[in-house]
Formats: sequence, structure tokens, C-alpha cells
Amino acid sequence: MQEQTQIIVAENVHKWYGKFHVLKGVDLIVDRGEVVVLMGPSGSGKSTFIRTFNALEDYQEGSIRINGITLSNDLRNIELIRQEVGMVFQQFNLFPHLTILNNVTLAPIWVHKLSKIKAKELAMQLLERVGILEQANKYPGQLSGGQQQRVAIARALAMQPKIMLFDEPTSALDPEMVREVLDVMKNLAREGMTMVIVTHEVGFAREVADRVILMDSGSLVESATPELFFTAPKQERTRKFLSQIL
Amino acid sequence: MQKIQLTWLRKNLFNSWYNSLLTILCLLLIIQFIRKFVWWTIAEAQWQVVQVNLPLFLVGRFPQTSYWRLWIVLGIITFLIVITWSVFITQKNLIKHKFINLLVPWLAPTWLLSCPLILWFMGGGLGLQSISTNLWNGLILTLLMAVISIVISFPLGILLALGRTSNLFIIRWFSILYIEIIRGLPLIGILFIAQVMLPLFLPTELRLDRLIRGIAGLVLFSTAYMAENVRGGLQSIPREQIEAAKALGLPTPLVIILVVLPQALRAVIPAIVGQFIGLLKDTSLLSLVGLVELTGMSRSILAQPQFIGRYAEVYIFVGLLYWVFCYSMSLASRRLEKQLIN
Repeated sequence: MQEQTQIIVAENVHKWYGKFHVLKGVDLIVDRGEVVVLMGPSGSGKSTFIRTFNALEDYQEGSIRINGITLSNDLRNIELIRQEVGMVFQQFNLFPHLTILNNVTLAPIWVHKLSKIKAKELAMQLLERVGILEQANKYPGQLSGGQQQRVAIARALAMQPKIMLFDEPTSALDPEMVREVLDVMKNLAREGMTMVIVTHEVGFAREVADRVILMDSGSLVESATPELFFTAPKQERTRKFLSQIL
Repeated sequence: MQKIQLTWLRKNLFNSWYNSLLTILCLLLIIQFIRKFVWWTIAEAQWQVVQVNLPLFLVGRFPQTSYWRLWIVLGIITFLIVITWSVFITQKNLIKHKFINLLVPWLAPTWLLSCPLILWFMGGGLGLQSISTNLWNGLILTLLMAVISIVISFPLGILLALGRTSNLFIIRWFSILYIEIIRGLPLIGILFIAQVMLPLFLPTELRLDRLIRGIAGLVLFSTAYMAENVRGGLQSIPREQIEAAKALGLPTPLVIILVVLPQALRAVIPAIVGQFIGLLKDTSLLSLVGLVELTGMSRSILAQPQFIGRYAEVYIFVGLLYWVFCYSMSLASRRLEKQLIN
């Protein structure tokens, strides 16, 4: 029964980079359809933490279960989990040698074994959803940052993931392009996607998040609804952080 | 315009008395050289040595009655290059062309099929009169060995480069060992090893053709350098590209084939073409181990009694042939690079 609602279960996750203790026993449970925003100063381990969910970072202690699959070192198991989890990076990381269309169809064709025609249909739908249909035959280098990030979202969605991770998706964008990316993310949240987002966009967190979490030096400090988090934080550390960014 | 040229001259070549003197001296030297060279070319040189032996230079002792087979081979190769290039251009620029789009799925099989076809036309057998590889000489032997060595060492070099960056200790260690040993040996040494020592290690029933041993030597050598060139490209790919591909659920081999290699190879096209040009010229060393390719053919032509001492004519002609092929390769690579840059 629990499996039905809890889609990410991370328990007591520890990670060391050599001697540096990056994650100090982090626990997090995310329910299906929940939108969780992770905030915190740089170096607090938020990116590292969400990157453990799809095994881009390993961890030394604890356990992570994604959609009922326990993450292990087995490559097949890791690939299976990665198909359930889409990820959007700060620097977009589109493949520069492929057209926008081929960026989106690559994984569906090679991993889901979709026919080229089916994959193209799917990609066109997604590109329309993020508003870049006209650019389908261009290369990433010909697009603006905001457009590239929207393509990156479409590329992740093309694998029809159950969870979407966003690692500071708007931090590398010019201010006037932030909104177009956030709008796409809002729509996604409205459609019921489970999302874990590392971001500093307070307005976005207030409007969209079900839960906002503060992370500091490798541990979760406070977890609350946006109203409580931004207006009546319990922890001194949270108040200090908010005073710096608001 | 003229004034600009004059000021340029004054500023760069005649800006002081000793520079003016140097300029005039060099000019006289160059004029003298060109005058003598032109005079020699039209008046003194005896080009009959090239004229008479032209078939020997180009196709060696390949039987005259079978020249038509070489023409067919030339036709096949021209055809392949033309269709590949046009497919490449249309695909790259997303041009819709009915006929060429029809060709796309047939391209790779056509290439694969033509290799045995070309060898059959050259070597005979199966109904055609067979022609021993001893009679494949001159330019066609040079080109044949260069192309085959390039085609084999290219994928091997990629594998070796991947091996060198592999996480598996034994594979990495073997790759490094191979690359460093080969790079520490002179090519001529490797050619002798392949020619003389390879037969010692193989069972006596398995007598490899001299030609194959020559190609084996070139491939052994070229693969190591290829691997280092490709490794340079692999290292230029940012880690984030690999992460993005993995995050999509692509297994590691596909990450390498679909995302890393296409970008890595593109980055090192100039180096790879440079190496291929080197390889084409390196085939001349095979004349020292008894293969009568272009250089070897020149030496045997120079031994003909009626043309003794005509070194200059023969080597200028042969040099020109090498240059034409090397320069076309570098032209083609520049075109390719331009096409690949978005």
C-alpha cells in the first residue's frame, strides 16, 4: 500500500568525497504527484543529493528506493531506474551534434525501441508542449538558453518518466528567459508530475511547491509547506537563509 | 591599391639598407633557381623515362589484357564516392531529395559489398583469370595498401583509445602497453618485423602473402597513433554530456556510440586526416621490404639500362603523384570539416 503513494524513499543517505562528508544521513520521502523544492546555500549538498536518485552520484551508506525499485550497484537496475527518472541540468547539456528533434528522439528510439516515426510523433508533441516546434530541425547552438532548457525538458519527458529532477534549471539563464522555463515547469506540476527541484526561485516555490525543504551542510534543516516555510520558519538557520535571499 | 602594395613593399622588404640588400639577394637567388629549373624541365630533362614507363608507374606489371578490370574498379570507387558525398550533403542540410533519400539505407551495404568485388576484379579467380599479387605494383599498390590500412586501423584505433580510457584495469593496461611499445619503434622496424618475423610465429601451412604482411605492419603502426589522436578527442568531451546521456537511461555502450564518439571524432578530424596522409606516404617504406609500390617501381625503372641516371625526372614525377593524392585528401578533409560545423 505504501508503495502506491511513496515514489521516492531515501533513508539515512551518507556520502563522502574522500574525507569530506557531503551528505550526513539524509531522509526524504516524496509522494506520487508531489512537488518538492530543495533550497540551501551552495555547497550544501542539494545537487549531490538529487543526483543520487538516478545514480549519477554514488553514496556509501543508506538506501534509496525509486518507484519500488531499490537502487543497487547492478548496472541493469541503474538503467531501469534512470528510465523512470528524468533529469534537467543547469547547463542544459543538449547534444550539440544532433538536431533538436534528434536530441528528443534519441533515447526513445534506442532505449524504448520506438520506431522512428512513432518517436518523431512523440517528440513533435512534446516540442509543441514546450513551445519549440518550429525549431525542431535546428541545432542546439542556434537556440537561446531558455529554448535549450525547454528542449532539455522535452528530451527528459520523451522517456515518459514518473519523476522529474531539476538541478538549478534556471541558474544559467538570462533573467528574461527564466519565466519561459518556469512556465513549462508549472504546467508540468499542474499535470501531476512528481518533481524534485533544486532552485533559488522563491516565487516559483511559493506558487508551485507542495513542500519546501532547506538543506545545509549535508542535512535537511526544515521541511514545510511554502506558506509556513517562507512566513513562519521554525529553525533559526532557515530564518537566516531567508533573510539572505529575500 | 597599387599605392598600398608599394608602401607594403617599402615597409616590409626595403625598410633599411641591409634589408634591401637581403631582399635583392634573395630575389636573385629565387629567379636563378626558377630559371634553371624551367630550363631543365623543358630542355634538358628526358621525360621519355616517364612516358615509356607510364603504365609501370600507374599499374605496374598488371597484364595489359586485363586493364579493363582496373577501369571497372576505378568506376566502382568513383561511384561510391559520388553517392556517399551526395547522401552526406543532403542529409546534413536536411534537403529532401527523393532519389538520394532512397539510397540512404543502401549506403553501408554497398560499401561492404564493393570491397570483395574490387579485390575480385583485381585478383581474379571464380571465372576471371587470376592475377598474382606480385603483379600488383606501382600507384595502385600504393593506394590499395594505404586505403586498406586506413580502413582497418581506424576502427582498431578507436577501440584502443576507448581501451585506454576504460575502467577495466587489464584492458587499460594492455592498451597503454601496446600504444607505448609501438610508438617507441620506428616504422621501418615494424615493417621488417611484420615481413620477417610474422611467418616465424605462424604455422608453416599459413603462409601470408607479402602484401598482407606489409599491410599488417602498417596497421600495427598506424593503430597506435590513431588511438592517441582519438583519445585527444575523447578527452575534449565534457563529463556533462555523458551524464546527460546516462540520465536518459542509455546504457554505456550506446552513450559512447551515440553521444561521445560522434563529437570526439569530429573534434580530431584534422589530426586523423593528417595521420592518413602520413600513412599514404609511409607506404613508400614498403619498397625496402620488397614490395614494388610507387617508390619501389621507381627504383626498378631507374635500373633499366636505357634510363640509368634519370633520377631527377623519375622522382619529380613520383613526388608529383604523391602530392596530388595527399593534397586531395587534405582538401576533402577541409570540406568535411566545413560541412560538420553548424
